[in-house]
Amino acid sequence: MARRNTYLTLSGLEPLVVTPESNFINVGERTNVTGSRKFLRLIKEEKYDEALDVARDQVEGGAQILDVNMDEGMLDGKYAMIKFLNLIASEPDIARIPIMIDSSKWDIIEAGLQVVQGKCVVNSISLKEGEDEFIRQAKLIKRYGAAVIVMAFDEVGQADTYQRRIDICKRSYDVLVNQVNFPPQDIIFDPNIFPVATGMDEHRLNALDFFKATKWIREHLPHANVSGGVSNVSFSFRGNTIVREAINSAFLYHAIQHGMTLGIVNPTLLEVYDEIPKDLLQHVEDVLFDRHEDATERLLDFAETVKGQKKEDDTKVLEWRNAPLQERITHALVKGIDAFIVEDVEEARVLSVKPIQVIEGHLMIGMNVVGDLFGSGKMFLPQVVKSARVMKKAVAYLQPFIEAEKDGKQAFAGKILMATVKGDVHDIGKNIVSVVLGCNNYEIIDLGVMVPPEKIIETAVKENVDVIGLSGLITPSLDEMVYLSKAMKKENLTIPLIIGGATTSKAHTSVKIAPHYNHTVVHINDASRAVTVVGNLLQKDNKAYKAQIREEYDKFREQFLTRGKRKEYISIDVARQRKYQIDWATSEIVKPKQLGIQVIDHFDLAQLEAYIDWSPFFRSWDLHGKFPDILNDSVVGQQAQDLFKDAQDLLKRILEEQLLKAKAIFGLFPANTINDDDIEVYDDNGNVQATFLTLRQQLKKRDGVPNIALADFIAPKTSGIQDYIGGFCVTTGFGTHELAEQFEAANDDYNSIMIKALADRLAEAFAEYLHEHVRKDVWAYALDEHLSNEELIKESYKGIRPAPGYPACPDHLEKTTLWRLLDVEEHIGVKLTESLAMWPAASVSGYYFGHPEAKYFGLGKITENQLKDYAKRRQISEDQARKWLNPNLAET
Amino acid sequence: MSDIREEIEKRILVLDGAMGTMLQRYDFSEEDFRGERFKDYPSSLKGNNDLLSITQPQAIAEVHRLYFEAGADIVETNTFSGTTIAMADYQMEDLVYELNYESAKIAKQVANEFTKANPEKPRFVAGSIGPTNKTASMSPDVNKPEYRAITFEELRIAYKEQVEALIDGGVDVLLVETIFDTLNAKAALFAIEEVKEERQIDIPIMVSGTITDASGRTLSGQTVEAFLTSISHVPLLSVGFNCALGAEQLKPYLQRLSYETEFYTSAHPNAGLPNAFGEYDQSAMQMQELIEDYLNDGLINIIGGCCGTNPKHIQAIAEVAKNYKPRQINIEV
Repeated sequence: MARRNTYLTLSGLEPLVVTPESNFINVGERTNVTGSRKFLRLIKEEKYDEALDVARDQVEGGAQILDVNMDEGMLDGKYAMIKFLNLIASEPDIARIPIMIDSSKWDIIEAGLQVVQGKCVVNSISLKEGEDEFIRQAKLIKRYGAAVIVMAFDEVGQADTYQRRIDICKRSYDVLVNQVNFPPQDIIFDPNIFPVATGMDEHRLNALDFFKATKWIREHLPHANVSGGVSNVSFSFRGNTIVREAINSAFLYHAIQHGMTLGIVNPTLLEVYDEIPKDLLQHVEDVLFDRHEDATERLLDFAETVKGQKKEDDTKVLEWRNAPLQERITHALVKGIDAFIVEDVEEARVLSVKPIQVIEGHLMIGMNVVGDLFGSGKMFLPQVVKSARVMKKAVAYLQPFIEAEKDGKQAFAGKILMATVKGDVHDIGKNIVSVVLGCNNYEIIDLGVMVPPEKIIETAVKENVDVIGLSGLITPSLDEMVYLSKAMKKENLTIPLIIGGATTSKAHTSVKIAPHYNHTVVHINDASRAVTVVGNLLQKDNKAYKAQIREEYDKFREQFLTRGKRKEYISIDVARQRKYQIDWATSEIVKPKQLGIQVIDHFDLAQLEAYIDWSPFFRSWDLHGKFPDILNDSVVGQQAQDLFKDAQDLLKRILEEQLLKAKAIFGLFPANTINDDDIEVYDDNGNVQATFLTLRQQLKKRDGVPNIALADFIAPKTSGIQDYIGGFCVTTGFGTHELAEQFEAANDDYNSIMIKALADRLAEAFAEYLHEHVRKDVWAYALDEHLSNEELIKESYKGIRPAPGYPACPDHLEKTTLWRLLDVEEHIGVKLTESLAMWPAASVSGYYFGHPEAKYFGLGKITENQLKDYAKRRQISEDQARKWLNPNLAET
Repeated sequence: MSDIREEIEKRILVLDGAMGTMLQRYDFSEEDFRGERFKDYPSSLKGNNDLLSITQPQAIAEVHRLYFEAGADIVETNTFSGTTIAMADYQMEDLVYELNYESAKIAKQVANEFTKANPEKPRFVAGSIGPTNKTASMSPDVNKPEYRAITFEELRIAYKEQVEALIDGGVDVLLVETIFDTLNAKAALFAIEEVKEERQIDIPIMVSGTITDASGRTLSGQTVEAFLTSISHVPLLSVGFNCALGAEQLKPYLQRLSYETEFYTSAHPNAGLPNAFGEYDQSAMQMQELIEDYLNDGLINIIGGCCGTNPKHIQAIAEVAKNYKPRQINIEV
């Protein structure tokens, strides 16, 4: 099946089909330098960002086609047209709709046609300069694949009577359809809208002739459409807004009735037809249809009586500022604008009996809108955090007033305790969830990071909290969570427990945590889910929900455990025989140019900017997608761009004011593998100064697929070949904590989270930078490497830098070895917590392996058999070993 | 000589499969790519598959032959990157005319052999016009969204050179394919229309876009319908989709396209989605089954394969295609 298209069809990123069922197609006209002084100024001053905002407002305001005009004597129209249209192309929420390329100069029109992928409308061509030029332009427009507006204009001049209008349109139509073979549905006539009620006799039929010509065109020129610039009709009533709006609306109403399908209308100069006072409408329609000899005089007289009833639009005041109080507060919260919030909240306070009512009323109404939009996917996390900033500012202003009233107490929807567990310092995710819940009127008790279980339980009991939220990023935190759930059971607590954080999972929660606590345990993987889950948990009748969660997790656990059993493992001895084989005899091992330890004490952060991998940054804000594509994502693109801009601003501040300190330590040493899995590190005299213990994959694999351990990438001592290994630690975290606290003190959670997310990115960038430096200059085995940042992110380089605690070597205890070897804390101050997380959090540490065949892999699960072997090598008890390697132990 | 416009009314036409996949089997070395003629060429030439039409013409002819033997009605010339823009990577801009001309000639010669052997089933050559490696409506630099690495005018000139050489070499139809950015395709169509007018010829045109992922949009962000709207100003033999997706993932977009267009439709999907190693492992039989779904629903007039497909796939497709009637262009009035 196929559909015949005899309808005007245009496209941006999405199609626009003008069918008989379509309502009037509204063309956005604010991006026109001849019609908007503001837009002209923005273009002249090269403020294209703001010019794009004008376009975006038009689209958001319902424009279905965007008219772009750069015809101004002082402008390079062609340059401005190309630049603006190119910029629009990278804004999916604007580029969604088709473009109308509006110019009286052909070279500007053609320049526009060459940069837009969708099907545009050219506005306009006419027979003004004769048939030859008309045909030439029409042919090109067809070849560029655009529709066209044809003005009722010929060699003699503009059509100003009914007869001239239809004659010129008919002639144009015939030339286009018969000679150029132009699709008739792609022709749009503009039969000229001229002002009425000018007092001149020859203008009396201006509206009526337009209506009649429109009707004739629609009846006699098959498939053609009719368009026009409406505001012109009321030109003679400039200054009398009420009458002007009435004329525009009445004219538009009747023009549509006569067959006008699209047009340029300034929506701010339009009254709703039904709301035009009846007496005024009568006078206006008398003029439009020329019903009386003295219709104009009567309207003019009547106009005097209504003049000045309504204030002129004061363009300096933002339009939303004129809305009622509640709407303004809601707008400020939804849009995250804090400029007027104190003034609005003060107004609300004066109107309220008690200041607390402003929070419970005005602000919560606004935040509920935010919550609904967020819940339905129409707002994104960075926006919500900005909303929270406005909310906090408002509450901070109200606080003294509330406290002044003795009984003033805020009614919260519930009390939530939030904590990052003992030994862990990562809190970006936890802070985001806190902010989002805070937005939804929950009182948050945030205990911060590295919180011991006793303190969590004590506070939960003392504060009588409704929910406990636990967060953690490193794997030992998983066990802390298990421990805490057991402790909660011991204390006979019944408070629901919510688990979140990068290493947590539904599997871990259902298998390892839920069985130890008799009450509700839920895993959430993003902040938006937190609101629903907490909402459900705190509703009055929550038994059913809790039972449902229990059942869901029991079932999930069962499925997980039965599935887990199917995996087969081989013994560590067999695995060692199946190690990754490197032909050491033919391997070229490069001796580092400089052996030993080096410290970088003050590194210039500015050098790291180019090394930043932005994708994880967006992920930390729950915006998923690859950078830079995410900036143009059809769903989250705009948010990603806004977030990226804010990040850039803060980053600029960090760099300019040197707000964070970057330090690093690294060393390269002679090394060899012994006993298959251990790597001995030697000093200058060949004495062993440290031994790294690696873990080996034990999953049963196909023939020919090895069971890898990191030790496989270092030459064995038995080969007699001297090999090398490196270790490093970088940090960009010094200063983060202080800055975050400053932001928090200013109620700016948004930037408090932002600074941490940025510090994390800088640390990763520093690790990437340092690795490159080592490969090229210090170990110097990759002298001829030239990689772009993108290739660096894709890890296209030779050699690897695996980090303890991550998939290739999940054993966090290796960090203690590394710390001893490099004396990290002494040199650069980065400490290890009891769970072996690094402090400050924005730090990265790891090994360097230089062999070209070295690659990243995931250890997967190991069995008891390797665990026992490992405990012996590590010289710790099996229980201790089990504690550290727990997440990697296979179920037996 | 038969006209493809007559054949397409009678039956479903089968397009060939991947050229690159087949050429990998030869495992050509740098020296093979260079041949005698380019042995001292200053830059590395390995990977410049289009060049093989000059240095290894017998291999190219053999691949065409294998596809015709498998049952293809149309083979594509080995000219996917045959523009001055794409050839700039190898500093071979000056060779563009020759590459396209020779590629067209090789394919046409093989096609003629097969037509002669079996005049009941005339065979055709489609001049493959790829997207180039630059995009006209997207900036490669995220910090400079207004920047463009290539202009419409540069594309038009480059495409025109390719089109003229392909026509001179004897192609029966032009295939603008793997369209990531509609503006590039519009420049190609603009160039073709110019050549058609200058030479007063009416060579059929096939257009094939690429829906990059499950978002259902082209790389430049257009929906199926917006893409169709943007290229329908030129009278086309067919419009369709190829690459990026397998037959299964492509189907919903093909359905929408088929519903919306009055042109004939085409599809040459990949052999499924690549696995973790970037290889395509959908078998001929699996693909056949998915394609039969298209045929059952009457979605298709031209069907073939893209990345990862080989003569086995095409043979399997041809086997089922002959049992079905082509898609009918019923006009809803």
